[in-house]
Amino acid sequence: MQDSHTIVVPDVTPELRQQLFEYVLQLADTSLILAHRLSEWCGHGPILEQDLAMANISLDLLGEARSYYQYAAELEGRGRTEDDLAYLRNAVEYRNVLLAEQPNGDFAHTIVRQFIYDAFHYHLLLHLQTGPDKQLAAIAEKSVKEAAYHVKWSAEWIIRLGDGTEESRHRVEAAINALWRYSGELTTPSATEQVLQAAGFLPDYAAIQQQIDQHVERVFVEATLPVPQGVFMQKGGKIGRHSEHLGYLLAELQYLQRTYPGLQW
Amino acid sequence: MVEHATAPTEERIWQLLEEVSDPEVPVLSILDLGIVRGVELRGDEVHVTITPTYSGCPAMNTIATDIRLRLLAEGITKLHIHNQLSPAWTTAWMSEAGKQKLEAYGIAPPQDATGHVFNLFGQEPVLRCPHCKSTNTRLVSQFGSTACKAHYQCNDCLEPFDYFKCH
Ligand SMILES: [Zn+2]
Repeated sequence: MQDSHTIVVPDVTPELRQQLFEYVLQLADTSLILAHRLSEWCGHGPILEQDLAMANISLDLLGEARSYYQYAAELEGRGRTEDDLAYLRNAVEYRNVLLAEQPNGDFAHTIVRQFIYDAFHYHLLLHLQTGPDKQLAAIAEKSVKEAAYHVKWSAEWIIRLGDGTEESRHRVEAAINALWRYSGELTTPSATEQVLQAAGFLPDYAAIQQQIDQHVERVFVEATLPVPQGVFMQKGGKIGRHSEHLGYLLAELQYLQRTYPGLQW
Repeated sequence: MVEHATAPTEERIWQLLEEVSDPEVPVLSILDLGIVRGVELRGDEVHVTITPTYSGCPAMNTIATDIRLRLLAEGITKLHIHNQLSPAWTTAWMSEAGKQKLEAYGIAPPQDATGHVFNLFGQEPVLRCPHCKSTNTRLVSQFGSTACKAHYQCNDCLEPFDYFKCH
């Protein structure tokens, strides 16, 4: 007999189920791609403890991604598995936000990317865990405890870098300039998200945005950093329009399954 | 393989599960850890429900295999293992015996939760060094050797130690 994951699929129309599949895939892809980026630091961190921290956060996100992929596979109901979804789709089929795929850059870039994501992730999960979709709520209830550790870690580093040395300040400002443009996509609902919001499955993002803004403000004040204003926001990842970076990332992430299809440990 | 003449009881299953240890902290049984959420007999089928400590816990597959092997050794072949996410695992489910075994093993057991997201920079619980019992210790990193542990150091005996962090 097989081991099983207890997955509860909501009783909705096929159309809504398809939208839910698309959205869960977006969550899964974002977690997986960011987990992969963080894993690239493994063995290259500035000090051992932070190397371990990034590997740990990566593992948490990978675990969360697996839960979403398992749920997505169930929602789709066409026999694709979590592995098929992660390893056998092309870049244009990926639904992750652009922020997740941005290269690691220096440590400041990685920290800024992480903090932007963590602040969003933490507040989104707080909402999802009380939402009407039982499976998403269960995954969120599990992951929000981990996301709380993540956002503490990245917030502390934003403060250390911003209120640190001239060099660290310079680097974190450069990273904010490079990456802030990807923060807007997180809370800009795609057509899929709008359908789910109208159906009551997803919260209004304006409320989440307000909580994120307060969180960011509080940390940036302590870091003596100004919160960027009036930045033009890039988007497209949620509908498969990605930067050139994703293809290279997937080439590495999917290499083994593409080269030896069906390979197992 | 030993074939049982009579069907196993729930009590017997719990006894067998007590003998399955956490692969990463082998002094703890999976019952000490609090990850077994239920045992149910349905006819001649045994159903065991487990929950992960952390989303990405790589030990879950090993634990499922270990449960399967332990029960198989008793002739139990009709086993179904369910992975359940909610309610989410918490360190509050760890047994008192488990916490004592952890400290004796050199890992500081979980304390009361303090994990507010704005408790930045070391506003952390006071921990007792599992080696010399001094409470003069400091957090090195919230992230340690595995996903469930933070990394501490004792300021008196200078030994580093793991803290099974609150969750
Ligand atoms: Zn000591």
